[in-house]
Amino acid sequence: MSFAPETLKPPAASVGVVGWLRQNLFSTWYNSLLTVIALLVIYVLVSGLWNFVTTADWSIVTANMRLFMVGPYPVEQTWRVETSVLVFSFLVGASWGVWQGVARSAALLLASILIAAAVLPVSESERFWFIGALVLLFAGFAVGHFTKPRRLLVWLWLLSLPVVGLLLYGVGGIPRVPTDQWGGLLLTLTLAIVGIAASFPLGVLLAVGRQSAYPAIRAFCIGYIELVRGVPLITVLFMLQIIMPLFLPQEITVERAVRAMVAFALFTAAYVAEIVRGGLQSIPRGQSEAAQALGLNSALTLLLVILPQALRATIPAMVGQFISLFKDTSLVAIVGLLELARIANAAANQPEFLGNLAQVYVFIAAIYFILAYSMSYGSRRLEKTLGVGER
Amino acid sequence: MNSSLPAPSAARVPFYRDIRVLRILAQIAFVAGVLLVGWFLWNNMVSGLARIGGTFSFDFLDNAASFALSETSLPYDPATDSYLYAFFIGILNTLRVIIVGIVFASLLGLLAGIARLSTNWLISKIAQVYVEIFRNTPLLIQLFFWYFVGILKLPRVRDSIELPGSIYLSNRGLALPWFTPTDTFVLWLVIAGVSIPFAYLVYRLLGRVRAPLIYEWRGGWAFLVWLALALVAAVVLDPFLPSIPEIRGFNFGGGITLSPEYAALLLGLVVYTGAFIAEIVRAGIQAVPRGVVEAARALGLSYIQTLRLVVLPLALRVIIPPLTNQYLNLAKNSSLAIAVGYADLFYISNTIFNQTGQTLQVILMIMAAYLVISLVLSAIMNLVNSRLKLVER
Amino acid sequence: MKRYPLFVLVAVALVAFAVGSCAGATVTPPTIAAPTSAPQATAVPQPTAAPTQVAQATTAPQPTAAPGGPTAPPPTSVGSEVRGRLKTVLDRGTLICGVSGQTPGFSALEADGSYQGIDAEFCRAVAAALFNDVSKVEYRPLSAAARFAAVQSGEVDVLIRNTTFTTNRDTAVGLEFLPTTFYDGGGILVEKALNAASLADLAGATICVLAGTTNEQVLTDTFNSQNIAFTPLTFPEANALYAALNEGRCDAATSDKSQLAGQRAAQLTNPDDWVIMDATLSKEPLAPAVLQNDAQWADVIRWVIYATFYAEELGVNSSNVDDKLANGDTNTKRLLGGTGSLGPDMGLSADAFYRVIKLVGNYADIYDKTLGPNTKFNVPRGLNLPYTQGGLQYSPPFR
Repeated sequence: MSFAPETLKPPAASVGVVGWLRQNLFSTWYNSLLTVIALLVIYVLVSGLWNFVTTADWSIVTANMRLFMVGPYPVEQTWRVETSVLVFSFLVGASWGVWQGVARSAALLLASILIAAAVLPVSESERFWFIGALVLLFAGFAVGHFTKPRRLLVWLWLLSLPVVGLLLYGVGGIPRVPTDQWGGLLLTLTLAIVGIAASFPLGVLLAVGRQSAYPAIRAFCIGYIELVRGVPLITVLFMLQIIMPLFLPQEITVERAVRAMVAFALFTAAYVAEIVRGGLQSIPRGQSEAAQALGLNSALTLLLVILPQALRATIPAMVGQFISLFKDTSLVAIVGLLELARIANAAANQPEFLGNLAQVYVFIAAIYFILAYSMSYGSRRLEKTLGVGER
Repeated sequence: MNSSLPAPSAARVPFYRDIRVLRILAQIAFVAGVLLVGWFLWNNMVSGLARIGGTFSFDFLDNAASFALSETSLPYDPATDSYLYAFFIGILNTLRVIIVGIVFASLLGLLAGIARLSTNWLISKIAQVYVEIFRNTPLLIQLFFWYFVGILKLPRVRDSIELPGSIYLSNRGLALPWFTPTDTFVLWLVIAGVSIPFAYLVYRLLGRVRAPLIYEWRGGWAFLVWLALALVAAVVLDPFLPSIPEIRGFNFGGGITLSPEYAALLLGLVVYTGAFIAEIVRAGIQAVPRGVVEAARALGLSYIQTLRLVVLPLALRVIIPPLTNQYLNLAKNSSLAIAVGYADLFYISNTIFNQTGQTLQVILMIMAAYLVISLVLSAIMNLVNSRLKLVER
Repeated sequence: MKRYPLFVLVAVALVAFAVGSCAGATVTPPTIAAPTSAPQATAVPQPTAAPTQVAQATTAPQPTAAPGGPTAPPPTSVGSEVRGRLKTVLDRGTLICGVSGQTPGFSALEADGSYQGIDAEFCRAVAAALFNDVSKVEYRPLSAAARFAAVQSGEVDVLIRNTTFTTNRDTAVGLEFLPTTFYDGGGILVEKALNAASLADLAGATICVLAGTTNEQVLTDTFNSQNIAFTPLTFPEANALYAALNEGRCDAATSDKSQLAGQRAAQLTNPDDWVIMDATLSKEPLAPAVLQNDAQWADVIRWVIYATFYAEELGVNSSNVDDKLANGDTNTKRLLGGTGSLGPDMGLSADAFYRVIKLVGNYADIYDKTLGPNTKFNVPRGLNLPYTQGGLQYSPPFR
């Protein structure tokens, strides 16, 4: 005689809401105590934050929105910034259509920011412009989704940065706006993007140089990396802002923002180099031996075999470093450049807004948070897509 | 590869195709290039300094500093003490932040890291929100926030919040009861110092006793011995007098006051670095295989015991290297003191080069000082790391 | 494998070439202002700001076209050879002027994005003399700590940033100071409620001061010499300092008296609750400075400043300058370029000082516009009156 397997229902206490609560919040007496304390803490924090957000006077932020976004960028030239945003909206939309994944999250984030901006009380022309960006975003999605121009899109992205940079700076017929007049989020993003773009190749070079067979090159790279990693960023910034002009011939003047970019690139390159070195060391010797056996010379081995694998392994650390660079752009406030943090202080210094510091700090902290968090979220998604650490 | 080929005796390789020659040439060229750039910069600097009418020298460091400092760990008289001494005070102030900051950031990070893995969903979420918020916003803005929005908005000194135990909190800082040393203080310090090796001896001796109550708590016993010695000496010598903070004139007199600038910097560094350490601790604990934890629980160890005796010692090996990086970051980030007006190494040096105009020399000194701090810190951590490393068979 | 060293060789050659060409070439400085005269502010304008500062340049009448205006000979025809910093500035077409940007009454960023104050006016005066256009100034806001390095490195052409003329700065720091544009004195700002009448009443107080200023040293010297205990608290920037003072972090602030008046009006929530004590701690002659060892450039700025003093002495101001040029006495005409070659002798055009007075004004005009009784600062002129009225402002003769 066989027993019919009787399916026992799990005990009521371990399923459903009650079960979940029991398991996760009230499993033991001290867990229950912790839960109660945690609830209290959350209540105090959330109600405090809610009170602050709803009762504080946010006009300091709305009145200075232009400053926060572009700083002292000339008013009659603002169309250039707006055009740049339109270009990027389209590209982000197209990427969403082509690649989905991370690009989709980025596109949705951008779209929600644009919608929020369009709903806020802004002037008619600005609302028109926000909606235009939104339309372009979805147009880009449609184009990308139906034609899938992968290769073209990569080229467009690579091309867009210098083109937009030139548009903002002024070239040919359009009046020049030196970077000394850039500010706010525009300057913050410019510093971060240029810093990342320049520090990456420099860091890879340094890392490769550190592994070089030539003692002279190796010593130079090690010296540079260790020296830079041992000092605070602010000293490097000061060096570039205050001392560098002394080292250059008098006829050459470099704009202050450009000097800050150089500082970020030089500083971050040392950290990138260490990350890349970690990646290089994780590649088994067999790989380079196999490549050589196939007849590749050492440069090609490095370029085609070693680096692609090594760099893939370093994505999480690399993105972490770039997030840290992005946050560190706030340090240029100390040397007098008008990025977000300094604009915040300047705004809180206007006689009608004296002392409204909490609002501006919360506002710019939120900007930094959204961007930095998106970057780390994106990197986690990318890691999964590329399957890093799964072999 | 070439070794398997017949020796190239017939066709001699011309020197410009000889890899050995080329290698040396390349390196010479590289060094020459570096030197050329260096020479170019140096040349410009010399002509630049000549334009100013200055020379590259450090003689100015002997001159009297003549600027007052709000916080000094050693007696400092601006009228007579030199710039070099002021710089040294700056180093001490920086170390004060770094050391205290590292201790508290580690504690906070450990706590948040463990909380992040708590089985209690709420606790783990709170820890996660803390980590994400503070890791993803710039330290500078956090510092501004703590100082200008947090501490400066505390009540003014006349309306200080009084906490139990004669502790006063205001936007002039936290005033705590403290002690004033008397004449016998140095003697007491010597006795307390000598007692340390003695307590260590006790510790070693107790290590041979196999009674669990003695053996397992030998650290505590040794500490008690030291404490008893120090206390007896204190009672006999009467080395310090209690000093209670009270408002005298404009500020609190008596006791000890933790300045708002120091507090803001410390708070900012601890909370910021703590968030990073929490993630490191979490990763470290997660790296401990589940089986080990289950085995420990199977042996009857409690949750806390498992954590303390099994998980953390194992996790520490994974934690130490990235933790070293965070400690170094904290040390370097302490240079942001200038944002809140705390007189650290960087801020004081700023004043020095502003007064003397010897910008290049002072910036080089700052860099050297931070470099030394970084090197010492990483040397200490490497030592710890090598002590903890798994002894491989 | 074998080509690797060659790459390095080529790279090094490229770097060497680049360095060599950098050293030899005269690179056009990338600081030339946009022709449309976009806001020259390097710092924060209000979002609502229309580009009003353009108006400044365009509404100012062109002095060379004014009736009776002297014909300007080309700068180099009669005068000395233009070289050094003067040449650099003329070639560039703008003057880079180091200012504070955070000091109301001296140089502060206004809501429309322009810089206003007596220091900013003198920047414009120099630009008027050089370019006949007061908008040709690029303001560089500098912290107290960064200001000297900015001059030393040549990043700014001239420092007009409420900077006290001291021996050390003149010698060791390597600056050359020009005539004092404002005679100031160190003072202390306290809350009225404290009823502090003398320094001794401040015993035990916390006093805020800007790092790297003469005030910082004076504070220490004064209180120590009178054996008054105090706690200093330094801040790197004025904004932070007055925010802290406003919150009661310190009991008093010390700075130059005129600055205290400006900051009190602009940065404290209840300006009327605060008072500047009578005691004057120090002499603070605030003077523009340039890098030493460029006599020609220093002369230009020196005589532009003197011109504003001299014009006041002669009774020439921005509204009557055309009349004076036509009908004034010989001294007046010589100053304004009607006769003689004072301008060309220092590498400027003959009507350089005429432009200064026409576009910016004499010293009294400048003072009244920025610190005078009709401004919110209302700083009494005191020592800054001409010597004929009991003050210290005295110009050598223009001849």
